[in-house]
Amino acid sequence: MSENAQEGTHRTIERVARESYGRLVAYLCAQTRDVASAEDALSNALISALTTWPRDGVPHNPEAWLLTAARHSLIDHIRHQQVAVASEPTLVLLRSEPKDDPLSTEFPDERLKLLFVCAHPAIDPAMHTPLMLQTVLALDAERIAHAFLISPATMGQRLVRVKTKIRDSGIQFEIPQERELPERLDAVLEAIYAAFGIGWDDMAGVDQRGRDLAEEAIWLGRVLLELIPTEPEVCGLLALMLHCEARRRARRGEDGRYIPLSEQDSQFWSMTLIAEAERHLAAAATSGRMGRFQLEAAIQSVHAERARSGRTEWAAIALFYEQLIRISPTLGTRTGHAAAIGEANGPAAGLAVLDGIDVNDVSTYQPYWAVRAHLLQQLGRTSDAAQAFDRAIGLAEDPAVRQFLLRRRA
Amino acid sequence: MQFALVVYESPEAFAARNSNQIDSYTGAWQAYYQTLIEAGVYVGGAPLQAPETGTTVRLKDGKRRVQDGPFADTKERLGGFMILELASLDAALDWAARCPAASGGAVEVRPVAPEFKRRITG
Repeated sequence: MSENAQEGTHRTIERVARESYGRLVAYLCAQTRDVASAEDALSNALISALTTWPRDGVPHNPEAWLLTAARHSLIDHIRHQQVAVASEPTLVLLRSEPKDDPLSTEFPDERLKLLFVCAHPAIDPAMHTPLMLQTVLALDAERIAHAFLISPATMGQRLVRVKTKIRDSGIQFEIPQERELPERLDAVLEAIYAAFGIGWDDMAGVDQRGRDLAEEAIWLGRVLLELIPTEPEVCGLLALMLHCEARRRARRGEDGRYIPLSEQDSQFWSMTLIAEAERHLAAAATSGRMGRFQLEAAIQSVHAERARSGRTEWAAIALFYEQLIRISPTLGTRTGHAAAIGEANGPAAGLAVLDGIDVNDVSTYQPYWAVRAHLLQQLGRTSDAAQAFDRAIGLAEDPAVRQFLLRRRA
Repeated sequence: MQFALVVYESPEAFAARNSNQIDSYTGAWQAYYQTLIEAGVYVGGAPLQAPETGTTVRLKDGKRRVQDGPFADTKERLGGFMILELASLDAALDWAARCPAASGGAVEVRPVAPEFKRRITG
């Protein structure tokens, strides 16, 4: 086989692995509840694809080929363990091996069940996102650890521990009952949003952590929407992420300088992503059930309007924040509300809203200090503003944001 | 518990210290230090002179072996340290990420060893 053809085969394997990994892992572990073994079996299958496919050609149905290979690897692994009494899930798996030609077998998409397992209340909430990124998107522990600011070894251990818990604690691979669904779905949405990593996208700054996972989070959002197309909050989350992603290019100057949303050149916004976000938001609205992510997306939608109208309707943004505070009174929401009031009704009004937040809650919350500094500066309270700037600079993680604030303070 | 934040800086960062004006790196450090104080987590620490000013001492067969230069010469150079009082490693990592040296240099987070300190200090 020529070098070009080999390269093509490798690319095919990469693409199939990327697109099918989650589906295959979900299908394998929905039967065994053993996530780690399913992942091992699939990586064995991918390794054997790397040797077989370049030699024999890419099979007609690559996904089914990988599933068969992974299944055999899993069965080998279980036999190899020489367990005297094969466990019940194993027997289920062995029995469920399709009798007809496995290469033509369709298999059900179990990724939704896997997502619900990853965000199960019995699992440490801090691990929901890492678990999803690994099991559904095949991200390795090192990349996940980097985004979560912990050591790869620690992340690896934590992932192993939660997978053991899933296997041994009797967590079911199932879609939650109707009455449980809203709460369980919230946990899934939260975990995807945490991967996206932008809690606040206004004048204060962009949370550095997890930012390189933004595309992965959008991918997860699309998967979730495909699996559960009727839930408005799923549309809302995807719309929110797409709106933020649309501005990626505009967020930094050519020299890497940080540019706050209100000063971004809307020519650099992606109209394609904005249009897609608007479609999802409109689809969500037809349900008549408002929710946190729809409201956050609506706020971003008002910002996006500036590309057409040339101005920002801050009063509308403030109104959406008021509704949002009723559902989700987080520090981010309340700070965002104060910033919007500051723009709509003047800095004194904005500062009054900010003063309503208990200062003990915000001692290390960077966006609060950035907004406070901005408002105090507008009011001409220079020395108070300098103090708030210092705090915002001291708490900033992103060097570009730090530089931006240092310039503003001067 | 206490954590040491061991700060490694690039040669450029060391050079920036000698400028008479307050450059943005120094400005960022001033703000960072103020924030540590206001958060009530700062226990102590100090910046160090450049590695070239270091002198390393070893005792071999009872004799002093004095060597010009730092113990280890690496691209990122030991620039200083801070001791912070914090509830958890996660909090220490948050503060390390906010440290101006974390971009361009590196910040190593190490727990202080209180048991061993007690055995030494009695």
